[in-house]
Amino acid sequence: MTTLPEKTQRKMGLVIDLDTCVGCHACVVSCKGWNTENYGAPLSDQDPYGGDPSGTFLNRVHSYEVKPLAESAAAQLIHFPKSCLHCEDAPCVTVCPTGASYKRVEDGIVLVNESNCIGCGLCAWACPYGAREMDAAEGVMKKCTLCVDRIYNENLPEEDRVPACVRTCPAGARHFGDLGDPESDVSKLVEERGGMDLMPEQGTKPVNKYLPPRPKDQVMAASEAEIDILAPLLAPVAEEPKGFIGWLDKALEKI
Amino acid sequence: MLDQPKVDTSPKVSDEVRKTTCYMCACRCGINVHMKDGKVAYIEGNRDHPVNKGVLCAKGSAGIMQHNAPSRLRAPMKRVGPRGSGEFEEISWDEALEIAAGWLEPIRQEDPSKLAFFTGRDQSQSFTSFWAQNFGTPNYAAHGGFCSVNMAAAGIYTMGGAFWEFGQPDWDHTKLFMIFGVAEDHDSNPIKIGIGKIKARGAKVIGVNPIRSGYNAVADEWVGITPGTDGLFILALVHELLKAGKIDLTYLAQFTNAPVLVNSDPDSPEYGLLMRDKDGKLLVIDRKTGKPAPFDKKGVKPDLSATYRQAGITHRPVMHLLAERYMSEEFSPENVSGRCGISARRIKAIASELARVAFEEEIVLNHEWTDFRGEKHKTMVGRPVSFHSMRGISAHSNGFQTCRSLHLLQILLGSVEAPGGFRFKPPYPKPVSIHPTPHCKVTPGKPLDGPHLGFVRGPEDLALKEDGSPARIDKAYTWENPMSAHGLMHMVISNAYAGDPYKIDTLFMYMANMSWNSSMNTSGVIDMLTDKDESGEYVIPRIIYSDAYSSEMVAYADLILPDTTYLERHDCISLLDRPICEADGAADAIRWPVVEPDRDVKGFQTALILLANKMGLPGFTNEDGTAKYKDYADYIVNHERKPGIGPLAGWRTGEKGVSHGRGAPNEAQLQSYIDNGGFFVKHIPENCAYMKPWNMGYQDWAVELGLYDTPQPYIFDLYVETMRKFQLAAEGHGERQPPDHLRERIKKMLDPLPIWYPPFEDDAVDLEEYPVHALTQRPMAMYHSWGTQNAWLRQIHGRNPLYLPTKIWEANGFEEGDWATVTSVHGEITVPVAHMAALNENTVWTWNAIGKRKGAWALDNDAPEATKGFLLNHLIHELLPPKGDGLRWSNSDPITGQAAWFDLRVKIKKAQAPAEAQPAFDPIKSPVGHGPDQLTWKVGK
Repeated sequence: MTTLPEKTQRKMGLVIDLDTCVGCHACVVSCKGWNTENYGAPLSDQDPYGGDPSGTFLNRVHSYEVKPLAESAAAQLIHFPKSCLHCEDAPCVTVCPTGASYKRVEDGIVLVNESNCIGCGLCAWACPYGAREMDAAEGVMKKCTLCVDRIYNENLPEEDRVPACVRTCPAGARHFGDLGDPESDVSKLVEERGGMDLMPEQGTKPVNKYLPPRPKDQVMAASEAEIDILAPLLAPVAEEPKGFIGWLDKALEKI
Repeated sequence: MLDQPKVDTSPKVSDEVRKTTCYMCACRCGINVHMKDGKVAYIEGNRDHPVNKGVLCAKGSAGIMQHNAPSRLRAPMKRVGPRGSGEFEEISWDEALEIAAGWLEPIRQEDPSKLAFFTGRDQSQSFTSFWAQNFGTPNYAAHGGFCSVNMAAAGIYTMGGAFWEFGQPDWDHTKLFMIFGVAEDHDSNPIKIGIGKIKARGAKVIGVNPIRSGYNAVADEWVGITPGTDGLFILALVHELLKAGKIDLTYLAQFTNAPVLVNSDPDSPEYGLLMRDKDGKLLVIDRKTGKPAPFDKKGVKPDLSATYRQAGITHRPVMHLLAERYMSEEFSPENVSGRCGISARRIKAIASELARVAFEEEIVLNHEWTDFRGEKHKTMVGRPVSFHSMRGISAHSNGFQTCRSLHLLQILLGSVEAPGGFRFKPPYPKPVSIHPTPHCKVTPGKPLDGPHLGFVRGPEDLALKEDGSPARIDKAYTWENPMSAHGLMHMVISNAYAGDPYKIDTLFMYMANMSWNSSMNTSGVIDMLTDKDESGEYVIPRIIYSDAYSSEMVAYADLILPDTTYLERHDCISLLDRPICEADGAADAIRWPVVEPDRDVKGFQTALILLANKMGLPGFTNEDGTAKYKDYADYIVNHERKPGIGPLAGWRTGEKGVSHGRGAPNEAQLQSYIDNGGFFVKHIPENCAYMKPWNMGYQDWAVELGLYDTPQPYIFDLYVETMRKFQLAAEGHGERQPPDHLRERIKKMLDPLPIWYPPFEDDAVDLEEYPVHALTQRPMAMYHSWGTQNAWLRQIHGRNPLYLPTKIWEANGFEEGDWATVTSVHGEITVPVAHMAALNENTVWTWNAIGKRKGAWALDNDAPEATKGFLLNHLIHELLPPKGDGLRWSNSDPITGQAAWFDLRVKIKKAQAPAEAQPAFDPIKSPVGHGPDQLTWKVGK
């Protein structure tokens, strides 16, 4: 019911490195802090000191265990931060009955104009990623703004004009830039590391990309497969302490 | 485009940014506190700060919720109900200080050791220890004994520094990083930044941890080791490297005591001691002359191989003993594999990976430097293999020797202080020889005879009374744990209750949740704190406690001195204490009141000064009887530990204006820190930045800054002679003799070369009955008990199931939502469980300190932390199971006394889901009420 722009001038978004994310939730809380104090209504918390605390967060980290097919391979744990992916074909926008949800022409950011939001929640149903949260205190839909009030903010030093989650990420697992520009650092990173869309089959064409974890436990795999790729490095100079001391003496001569 | 709403993309961010130091965990990052209308609006990392360089973790960003937590104490309180009830009356500071001084001053005049003063997660130990020293009690320490003293002490005794505050991997050059179990806050953001750098350039991380979460989840290689066997695994790596000759001989010969000669005659009273010349210099054989020479003589080429016979006694270099020990089959991968839960092939593969990176990928920096023998080096050769570790390996009863084993491995590879390896942070490197020894001589009405904590050099430094009984309440520096460099906080309440070694009058604690998550045997400790003697008096007569928040411990004190939040206080993170330096520079920092408290509270250190002034403590009092310091800020600026050296190194007063390091006090010092973003840093010149223990350029730089009085070059102690001295005593040599029941243990455990032995609990319990290891971890987004009152963080970590590996999960037929009874020889808990596959198959674990007592932290009584949350502490005792000899054997490392939290063995059985996690405790009355029902936080409108 709300139309998407045919094309945006830029495709600003995040590249999240799943090989590096340690699951520390720094991005989650930095986002909560900035967006509580800034754009729109504060991100409220219900029963914050009680039996069932529940608040609005625009960014959450989930953890998944992955068990490789090989019987001997160890299970892995992947930390997966998730927020709005600022899709090119954003179903949350087209479903909006009031035009409150929209995609910006200049940078592709998907935003909610809170003064037009009636809190019907259709957009949250339409989003296949579960990236929108209704604020229980304000009755409006909240979502990642890509820190639209930071990235152009002339009251911030230039180096701080990035989303709060990117600025704070201790491991440097979050990157921000124009994914519509093949020459941008983020586009190159996606190219180099095989960046992926989340659930491409949904046809939403997400702007945000995820860098997949690198292969794990290669030394273990090699040792289990009895491949002696490194064996020459451990060729013994001696089996016994006495022989070792003899070797030592000769080795010292050469220094 | 026309339809698009206009968004203000340049809103005003804040009225003002105030820069101070975080205290949401122990990491001490720099923060920018954005203020609006005089209130805290937003907190972010300080980009210029040496620790976090702009980033900030979840805890740090949630500081606004901590600062405004409903659990903040409001005023001093005296207990009016029975201990543990939580019934208090708010009183004035005058009355509170009057009560405290009324208890303490008579003790001071009569017997200062009747005060036990222990300060938990204190970041002002150089100050609190100074206070305790001037009070005169020997009973002072902070929380190191139940935290990571094994790591700190093993590092200092072996190489003059340890991990975290003492040093860090060379993140910019390392090519292989191996991380063993780490408590998240040791150290939080720098490790994440470092791993990020490693990942960005495609270098490798090996994680050694029974649990594959956090750093281990991103590790390229995960070694899911059996808890308590890290030392054995490391020594198997050493075995392989020695056999293959993949060790750095040049480094070992020049910079370690591997070539130093050892008395090798079992009949000599000096058997095992190092050979010295008349001037006390360690002797090596010089390869040029074949004769003994002082190790540091100009031009000497120490020989790792030659032996020396003098007066009928053969002396062998340490290297011989080392080869004999570790080439033994005892440490072969095949022999250790089963115990460690790692295949022999994999151990070999990891050893060869270490060897490959260290020796095939060496890096060379073109920095000229001169070593302490006067030899000039054109380059610095780096072995780009680095390591980090903390509590995971140190919180075991074999932790000290395991930490030593890790340092042995680092040093054999030649990677300590070499580019790409491990680098010290000033004021480290610092040899044992310039650390103090412990002091414990009590004189009524007078200060203690010196600093409490230090590094013993031999039995002569033990803290024993003339009759040989322990001088300290925690029995630190006794034959039970001779090298207990941080004290044993976990034994204080238990010993005071038992009157072993003696009774005390007043227990005074700060930031230590001893009636809950900071004690082993929580229920037992609660009983000790509340038990009365025949006369109806509490067995521990008086308890004073300081905390900013309504923690579980508050209810068990008689007098509460309410602390401020971290944004309301002065603090100094001092070079005299636990500084925030980086490997490239010396740094210190302050906290300052970016907002004034809106409650009747005072920073704890200021309260201590007021108390000192009331008692007229020496050190705090001028000759005319007036007070030297009015508050902590005054002390920070004006105290001098020795002439020209004070708590803060930056912006002192030199002969020609402002000076750094040395200089007289400067009244404008704190303002200079504030203007500089809350910290001071002085960078190390490039050619001094590595090889620091031996690099005369660094040594001179450190003297100039006041870190040393004179240059202090030294060699690493692969062989720790101090330990041999304790063994010699146990063998019957010397005047100070251990009690007979400890002789065998000392002979075995205080081996001067690293050994491995099973954790004590393995020997004390039936392993067939208790086959499972149980551990805790700190979440990255929560710091021990402080986090739960934080409205944002408790939504991330409000629950802590016990995670079970697939083998245990399936064997017991567990399903989602199930509960289990977990039993150790000490106790039993019934708790929710969850399945985790990426876990050592014999290990279970949970998040640390999520479980809460009802009524604490201003949480509602039905908070999940209080109904489903739980502590493993109930399963861990401060004593080992009785051995039938009537003695109390502490559940601690026998060398340092570190609490052996991670030795725990349990059994697990499926249970009917109870209404609440068991054991359940009655609610305590909250002295601050409960928090609001909703938060819509926004200070700027």
